[in-house]
Amino acid sequence: MDALIQNTYPVKAADYTSAGRASADIKRRLKQLGVSGDVLRRVAVASYEVELNLVIHSEGGELELAVFPDRVQLVSSDVGPGIPDLSLAMKEGWSTANDEARSLGFGAGMGLPNMKRNADDFAIESEVGKGTVITMGFRLA
Amino acid sequence: MKVSELKTLIGAESLTPGVGEDREITCGYTCDLLSWVMAHGDEGMAWVTVQTHLNVIAVAVLSDMACVILPEGIRMETESLDKAVSEGMAVLTSPLTAFEICGKLAAQGVPPKA
Repeated sequence: MDALIQNTYPVKAADYTSAGRASADIKRRLKQLGVSGDVLRRVAVASYEVELNLVIHSEGGELELAVFPDRVQLVSSDVGPGIPDLSLAMKEGWSTANDEARSLGFGAGMGLPNMKRNADDFAIESEVGKGTVITMGFRLA
Repeated sequence: MKVSELKTLIGAESLTPGVGEDREITCGYTCDLLSWVMAHGDEGMAWVTVQTHLNVIAVAVLSDMACVILPEGIRMETESLDKAVSEGMAVLTSPLTAFEICGKLAAQGVPPKA
């Protein structure tokens, strides 16, 4: 099925000033398509979380949005460093965020669990030294 | 309760005059850990925080909150306020503490998030 919208947003590591731009644009585009309410909010929260994860934890990466007639798909991929223990990373309260991130109020260890909670489908693959890919799907009822 | 009524209730000053003051408040919350707020934020929420950087506005907008309230007379950076205005998000500053602000909201029947 062809995507109605497809867009890729590059996300720089440690760029806290621009953090949230991709998510804001994703929310705006979905709104223009008539997506609203609960689904719009869940996509917005999950996209912001994954964008922030790229800023805080990755060495840089990108967020890809694809909107199909029946679903929204978000794919985050980065160039490293990869997550050594995925089950720990998925645990609420576990965080490896640095002092800069923590001083801004991030690093509560809620990111990945919150993405999983907000998305209808959630998948994460990671390899140390290579990078992490997170795929999230949201049904458009 | 509308944002304009809340402003009077907590003796607040609007740092974004005329922005989002008709918005209805459906629940209240206070927390300074942004990633915690992302997990618990809700539509129509009045959020009390001492954080003032740009990401505060991003979190409030993405969660579709009603307003951000800074306690104890805290001011917000111009950059963050510009973003709040462009996104239609009301930012208030009150001389009261976060505890007092939440107490007044609760006494008026504003519930915690659903």
